[in-house]
Amino acid sequence: MRFWIFLLVALALGAGVFFGARYLHNDYLFFAGYVVLEYLVLATAWNILGGYCGYVNFGTAAFFALGAYTSVAIHKFSPMPIPVLILLGGIVSGIVGLGMGYLTLRLRGAFFSIATLALAVVVQTLITNWDYVGGSRGAYVVRPATVPLVGSYIQYLFLVMLVLAILAVFAARMIERSWLGYGFASIRDDELAAEASGVPTLRLKLMATTLSGAFMGMAGAPLPYYVGYLDPASGFNLAYAVNSIAMPLVGGTTTWIGPVIGALLLGTVQQVATVTISSAVNLLIVGVVLVGFVMIAPNGIIGLIEARLRARSDR
Amino acid sequence: MSAPLLEVEDLGKRFGGFVALEGIGLAVAPGERVGLIGPNGSGKSTLVNCLCGTLRNETGTVKFEGIELDGYSAHQRTRLGMARSFQLPRPFFSMNLADNLRIPLLYAVGARSGVHLTAAEIDARCTELLGLVGLSAKARRWPRDLTQVEMRKLELARAMAAEPKLLIADEAMAGLSHSEIDDILALLVRLNERGVTIVLIEHIMRAVMHFSQRLIVLVSGRKIADGAPQEVMQDPEVVRAYVGE
Repeated sequence: MRFWIFLLVALALGAGVFFGARYLHNDYLFFAGYVVLEYLVLATAWNILGGYCGYVNFGTAAFFALGAYTSVAIHKFSPMPIPVLILLGGIVSGIVGLGMGYLTLRLRGAFFSIATLALAVVVQTLITNWDYVGGSRGAYVVRPATVPLVGSYIQYLFLVMLVLAILAVFAARMIERSWLGYGFASIRDDELAAEASGVPTLRLKLMATTLSGAFMGMAGAPLPYYVGYLDPASGFNLAYAVNSIAMPLVGGTTTWIGPVIGALLLGTVQQVATVTISSAVNLLIVGVVLVGFVMIAPNGIIGLIEARLRARSDR
Repeated sequence: MSAPLLEVEDLGKRFGGFVALEGIGLAVAPGERVGLIGPNGSGKSTLVNCLCGTLRNETGTVKFEGIELDGYSAHQRTRLGMARSFQLPRPFFSMNLADNLRIPLLYAVGARSGVHLTAAEIDARCTELLGLVGLSAKARRWPRDLTQVEMRKLELARAMAAEPKLLIADEAMAGLSHSEIDDILALLVRLNERGVTIVLIEHIMRAVMHFSQRLIVLVSGRKIADGAPQEVMQDPEVVRAYVGE
């Protein structure tokens, strides 16, 4: 029951954000808000594997780009509504996540992370050499100017990403508080002890890679419609991999709210910096904030709050 | 002797050129309290790891309740009813004590056919087990708040939460004081009285002699003695292994 209350509150909050932005009559809010929400989905997706299970994935850009390029491929074949493309992008990236899981999950720690980085390089090389989706030249996607009932197309994309963000956070919260979440946490804490406690660690890790990959692909699926032109440099941008890791680390990796806080905080600061200073400064901001958090609050904002509360209760 | 709960035949394990275990054969009857001893490096922990599925034995067979365990992973063996505690306690540090016990209840007991535990039943069993090991008051505390002996008790409670028929306790008393050892011993006897068969791997001879109904001795990866504790301790080969020529 609590899950449904959470979903209703999140939807009400989302509706408030959407209509509030519309009330201000400034389309830039939708452009910037879309990016922040996209990062929120990516950070939440990354956290399912990286935060809940403790397996650090450096290959976010590959899953994200797979979602984006699935949209391009389908758009060229037969254009479809964006929600369908999101679903298909999620399926493709989920399947690749499952495959990656089978190939790499016997690896642990840094070795697993390096393997995910290698996956990103392999996928980027394949896409760059696939002419059908534009290869290294990239591909144009012509989008309609308006959408019935919603209005401008950017408002529609914002709305789609808002719903996706709510669903991703809802799913992450549900996982965290279910038997699956307990299993993931036991893997993160001690895989050997988890297995000795009856946890089918390999199966759970495959579920985590699939779910995480699927949400990353979903986040990427609307990208070609947002940018209008997609090339490997933008689809596989380093910023996706860096932000999807930095945002949960800043917010806190052990709960669903951590990536949400991190994404809203870092994403918003980056968008403000883009219009006030330069978009080139974005990764510098992420780097500085990350170093600061590693030194001051290694368990993120949530970890800091928990530590304070625990200290107070111990007094 | 009734049909063995655990039966090991000709078990062998190598690490490269090093023979860790060779030709190990043993049987443990239901309800028995067996002590497994041997000098450092004799292969006790390797044997435990092979029995529990953490390591794969290269030769021989392990049978549990007549089921051959070849190909069974560690979590499948736990679900069959074979649980272990670790030499160095390995609690789930991000979870409180009750949640530490929740994991085996959800994944080992809950996965058995015909068993469906409700959230209230799981909570009740966590409370009962923490009470059994004397940690009820700390159910909502984190493992980092525990003392060494409490950590050992948590380790045993978590193994017990899987509701095993066989508990393999790997050096559950290492590093404890005299009175703490008595605490753990009393706890193990209580668990045995609840019908759990226990194999105790231990260096502390006072504890092993007090606890065990039967003693098995490993030296250099081979079993050199198996029998009543007093007789085994007078076996010349065992004496030689422990005190030298």
